[in-house]
Amino acid sequence: MDFLNAIVALMNYVIIPASSYGAQLALGALGVTLIYGILRFSNFAHGDTMAFGSGITILLTWGLQALGVGLGQLPTALLALPFGIALTAALVLVTDRAVYRFYRKKKSAPVILVMASVGVMFIMNGITRFMIGVDEIRFDDGLRFIISAKEFKAATGLDEALALRSTQVITVVTALLVVWALFWFLNRTRTGKSMRAFSDNEDLALLSGINPEKVVAVTWILAAALATTAGTLYGLDKAFKAFNYFQLLLPIFAAAIVGGLGNPLGAIAGGFIIAFSEVAVTYDFRKVVGYLMPGDWSPDGPIQLLSTEYKFAVSFAILIIVLLFKPTGLFKGKSV
Amino acid sequence: MSQHQPQAASGGAFRAPLLFAAMAALLLLEGTTGSWNSALYILNTGLIAAIMALGVNMQWGYAGLFNTGVVGFVAIGGLAPVLISMPPNTGAFSAGGFGIVLALAVAAGVIALAVLANRRLTFQRRVVVVPALLICGFFLYRAIFDPAANAIEGVNTAAAGNLGGLNLPVLFSWPVGALFAAGAAWVVGKTALGLRSDYLAIATLGIGEIIVAVIKNEDWLARGVMNINGIPRPWPVPYEVALQDSPAFLERAAALGIDPVTASTLLVKLCYTGLLALVLLALIWLSQLALHSPWGRMMRAIRDNETAAAAMGKNVTLRHLQIFIIGSAVCGLAGAMLITMDGQMTPGSYNPLRFTFLVWVMVIVGGSGNNWGAVLGAMLIWFLWIKVEVWGPQIMVALTSGLAEGSALKQHLVESAAQMRLLTMGVILLLVLRFSPRGLLPEK
Repeated sequence: MDFLNAIVALMNYVIIPASSYGAQLALGALGVTLIYGILRFSNFAHGDTMAFGSGITILLTWGLQALGVGLGQLPTALLALPFGIALTAALVLVTDRAVYRFYRKKKSAPVILVMASVGVMFIMNGITRFMIGVDEIRFDDGLRFIISAKEFKAATGLDEALALRSTQVITVVTALLVVWALFWFLNRTRTGKSMRAFSDNEDLALLSGINPEKVVAVTWILAAALATTAGTLYGLDKAFKAFNYFQLLLPIFAAAIVGGLGNPLGAIAGGFIIAFSEVAVTYDFRKVVGYLMPGDWSPDGPIQLLSTEYKFAVSFAILIIVLLFKPTGLFKGKSV
Repeated sequence: MSQHQPQAASGGAFRAPLLFAAMAALLLLEGTTGSWNSALYILNTGLIAAIMALGVNMQWGYAGLFNTGVVGFVAIGGLAPVLISMPPNTGAFSAGGFGIVLALAVAAGVIALAVLANRRLTFQRRVVVVPALLICGFFLYRAIFDPAANAIEGVNTAAAGNLGGLNLPVLFSWPVGALFAAGAAWVVGKTALGLRSDYLAIATLGIGEIIVAVIKNEDWLARGVMNINGIPRPWPVPYEVALQDSPAFLERAAALGIDPVTASTLLVKLCYTGLLALVLLALIWLSQLALHSPWGRMMRAIRDNETAAAAMGKNVTLRHLQIFIIGSAVCGLAGAMLITMDGQMTPGSYNPLRFTFLVWVMVIVGGSGNNWGAVLGAMLIWFLWIKVEVWGPQIMVALTSGLAEGSALKQHLVESAAQMRLLTMGVILLLVLRFSPRGLLPEK
């Protein structure tokens, strides 16, 4: 019984939250890694693209709610998401045309493109704040819990409760669908194949007649779609706050680098590695240890490696370890 | 070749003096139309921003290093005035100070051992020994550290609850702040330099977040978000209250026709202006000397062509580490000066947009690679940063005057207009980067 309680506590506080957080990070890191693979710079504006995308999705959600349109048990935001993606993609394409294309044509050093992305970050951050403000916003509606703590306790008779929020399941399912669609696109379609060719060897791709502007445009659209989806899922799961998305930059970059920048499969693995380490290191294992220990003995103080405020330190530590020992990442990325 | 950089810039010898005169005119305008207090406030904080910009300019302008953790180096520098000049919290050091020092020593020792083991052992042994060492070391560290930190936080909790300082003059804390930042920079530089340029940007973004998180959460160190007030003033700067009690000062103020309260705040601000300007000029003098020395030529050679410089036998990674540490130390110095001038430590105010990316805008706009340019950019951008917050809503009220009074859209627009300054800074950065990448005062 105690063993089961320990498993349930672990599921409830570590495995389920880390899975949904990992899915969000993986989607974010996929966007970063795609931009890196094709355009060859680290996009600092990605966090704020997520904020903008989710902000516009929230506005559309409110619009739909006012019209009385909804998805029943599912959050209305899912219905607004495709329109949010379209608008974000439009904005991102405009920034590419107005900002990045100039440096691409000039073949500027990557660090200049990074600098330009900082400018874009400022602008997107400003637009997002202007649009929706700086306060915390909750916009999840529909069914709240798939398994609520009370029902679980009543059904199993365990002391420890398990709650499964619908947003957590939606996050994981959506992420799976998006990743499947992305890999299908990259591996099966002509455009996807030309993107991979462009990423592997730009000159060879140009020689074989691939239109670079088309590849770049498709990359931006994909990045916008991934960022908006990741941002909306994060906002549904936790809450929307513009500044939080800026702070997500570090774990997202860490995830992309751990997996190997430019490698989509690596980005997914990286996202889950970062999320599970972050949650496990900052979780207080007192309850779990208490259940596993014989008798009524339970630890006096918290059994927590780091307090929650230091979750950035976890991504940072993993990042540093990877940079020191395997700068190309676990799944062979491009960069050295 | 001229010894004065700006002279060689396009626009001739008068470009720099003219632009600085224009900047001074802006401040004078603020003084005459607004208040002298606010003009001096902008000038003083602008001078500190200029020192930060100098530090970033050394890293970017001399060496092409992209540091996105300026906020962390500024924050760790700001710790120095607290630890140096505040009175000690009686009993705190005996309660847990020894434990903290021991824990930190253990941490440093374990890391040194792990580095040593990593270098000396064969691969098979390394993969077992290094993680084992680090994990055991971490638990040992926590076992010593936690009780000590709790003990310190328990001493005089309501008023202090931290280690307190050494009660030394606050001026002494400025170089110490620089040293703190240099230490943090060494750790990051050692790991992230020598890899791709973007990696340094990402690693510094991380260290910036972590330093700020440490200062916010380690209550034993500087009370965290409970803030520290009443940091003593540096030597020549008087207190307003003391001035208002002094008959000689009151007489002077009366003679000038200014009311004593305003006069005292103005005098205090002017004293700070002198002190800050002195430090800034000394720094510019030193960095101009360095820039024109063989060392400066080597740095620029490395920046312009790393491969060629390496082929000439220059150790590129070591030189990058050197300049990265020096630049971060200057940022730390600015952080210590900022906390001294504010007289309080409020970790909640360390926002990366304000302390990292805004400084970057200053350097790019001013002219990267040119020290005077960095100073001009800092003053100008800081002025705009302060004023756009005021102008934004005013402009928005004028723009929306056609809308019906009390309409929801108008209210939203006017209320969000204060957010305009981020947008403005982004637009300025992109425009300068695109159309005038060498900035207002280009490097010669």
